[in-house]
Amino acid sequence: MAKIRVPAVDGMFTMDFNNPRLIGGRGITSRSYYFPKDLSGADPMCVNDEKREEVYLSPEAQIWSYTSADYPPALPYQIKEPFEPFLICAAQLSEENLVICGQMMPGIDINDLEVGLDVKLALDVLYEDDKHEYIVWKWDLA
Amino acid sequence: MTVDEIAVLGAGMHQWGKFPGKSFVDLGVHAAKEALGDSGVEWEEIEFISGANTVRNGYPGWVSASTFANALGFQGCQLASSYAACASGVTALSIARAQILSGICDVALVVGADQVAKGMFAPVPGERPNDVDWLRFRLIGLSNPAYFGMFARRRMALYGDSQDDFAAVKVKNSNHGAQNPNARYAKSFTIDDVNASPVVADPLRLLEICSTSDGGAALVVSSLDYAKKKGIKNPVKISGISTVSPVYPNAIIDMPYFASDSWAISGDGSHTFKNQIAQHAYREAEITPADLDFAEVYDLSSAYELDWYEHIGLCEPGEARNILHDGDTTIGGRIPVNPSGGLGAFGEAIPAQAIAQVCELTWQLRGEADGRQVENAKIGMSINYGMFGHGSSVIARK
Repeated sequence: MAKIRVPAVDGMFTMDFNNPRLIGGRGITSRSYYFPKDLSGADPMCVNDEKREEVYLSPEAQIWSYTSADYPPALPYQIKEPFEPFLICAAQLSEENLVICGQMMPGIDINDLEVGLDVKLALDVLYEDDKHEYIVWKWDLA
Repeated sequence: MTVDEIAVLGAGMHQWGKFPGKSFVDLGVHAAKEALGDSGVEWEEIEFISGANTVRNGYPGWVSASTFANALGFQGCQLASSYAACASGVTALSIARAQILSGICDVALVVGADQVAKGMFAPVPGERPNDVDWLRFRLIGLSNPAYFGMFARRRMALYGDSQDDFAAVKVKNSNHGAQNPNARYAKSFTIDDVNASPVVADPLRLLEICSTSDGGAALVVSSLDYAKKKGIKNPVKISGISTVSPVYPNAIIDMPYFASDSWAISGDGSHTFKNQIAQHAYREAEITPADLDFAEVYDLSSAYELDWYEHIGLCEPGEARNILHDGDTTIGGRIPVNPSGGLGAFGEAIPAQAIAQVCELTWQLRGEADGRQVENAKIGMSINYGMFGHGSSVIARK
């Protein structure tokens, strides 16, 4: 039986595998963008805002920088044994002027990456248990 | 802005390394006794202890000032314990300075020490999906070296830096640290040694990323009047301290965040906290970068040291590797950086590290840095950055 797909954390991205979007916030007063919606630092202009507007952030971005994780990260990262090194990308959303980190989709070679390259948002399995696949956003080559 | 100065009467450290048989209290007490001995001030004379906390050693670490005071022998002095991640040491020093300059006390002891498990730092355990420090590990596996790798790769793309440029920083700092008895690593490494070590966070290798260390550091600080009464002529003086927060929006990602602030409104995609930290210290001390004779910067990685050259104004953005290769930042050069050996030679003992930087400023300004002395050192700066947004910088002068 197929495992049930659930987000690894609630409320940070949509679960639409064909057109996933990160769920960000927007300041009412200054119109600043935030990600994650309620966990990023506030624009001081918005000190009197009661809440942040919810917005879907653009799925297209350019690589701001990238690196590799050649050693297993510490808990609470969930490691599949044996540990497979992975790539991390910080991508700049052109419209929101916001840089967001994510793993690169598996199977991409680091030599194929370059600062400025176009990437797009994707969803992938982060870890799994007997019944569930826990899903997270990643970046993929556009 | 003019801020009155305070005097550094004593500096003391416990060597950095791995000391599984010792507790952070042992290391802090050792450093405190060294600083007291160096100052000529008796323990009973200390009126205030400012402790830099450790969050990895249970409750005693969260109330470090009383822990150290108790270990030295409770004598009724006033206490403050504070935590500001890697900036904890300078936060503790700034509290001591405020007590002294306000006249509440004349002489204070500042202490920080850490004892940590081997390997990469991990967030506090538990399920905490509202904590970005927890989320960055859980969702992305974004450990500290990953930030260092991304900053290094960004330099390569923006400025044309190479992996050998980064390795050369490690070589320089290892040569400096080999002359420092308090450093953890006594070895002088070569570019080939660095390149033979495994990649941790591309483009950075194991020898280019600072390790987690045990260590302890302490300072005895006082009013200038107290120093005079003690008969101490021309003590080293603290003339500027920065503990500033960032100014929104921070366009450059910093630990532990996994997203930058948006600069859609401000339009400045290069605005970074790390450019702001030193500015406050310069204003308090009423000097400019050109006045510095040397600096101790937080080289969490080899490439990160090059970022600091630019953040504190030693050169224009993109020129760091030129002043490195010209020898400017090597002892004997125009503006030696990390004459102590820096984190490359020490590793990092979080609450002790910023205090250790000020110990090095003190010894350099007194001309007591045997084997690694910066000639005619009159003004020095230390700088680091505490995760979540704690600035930390000190300017000391002869």
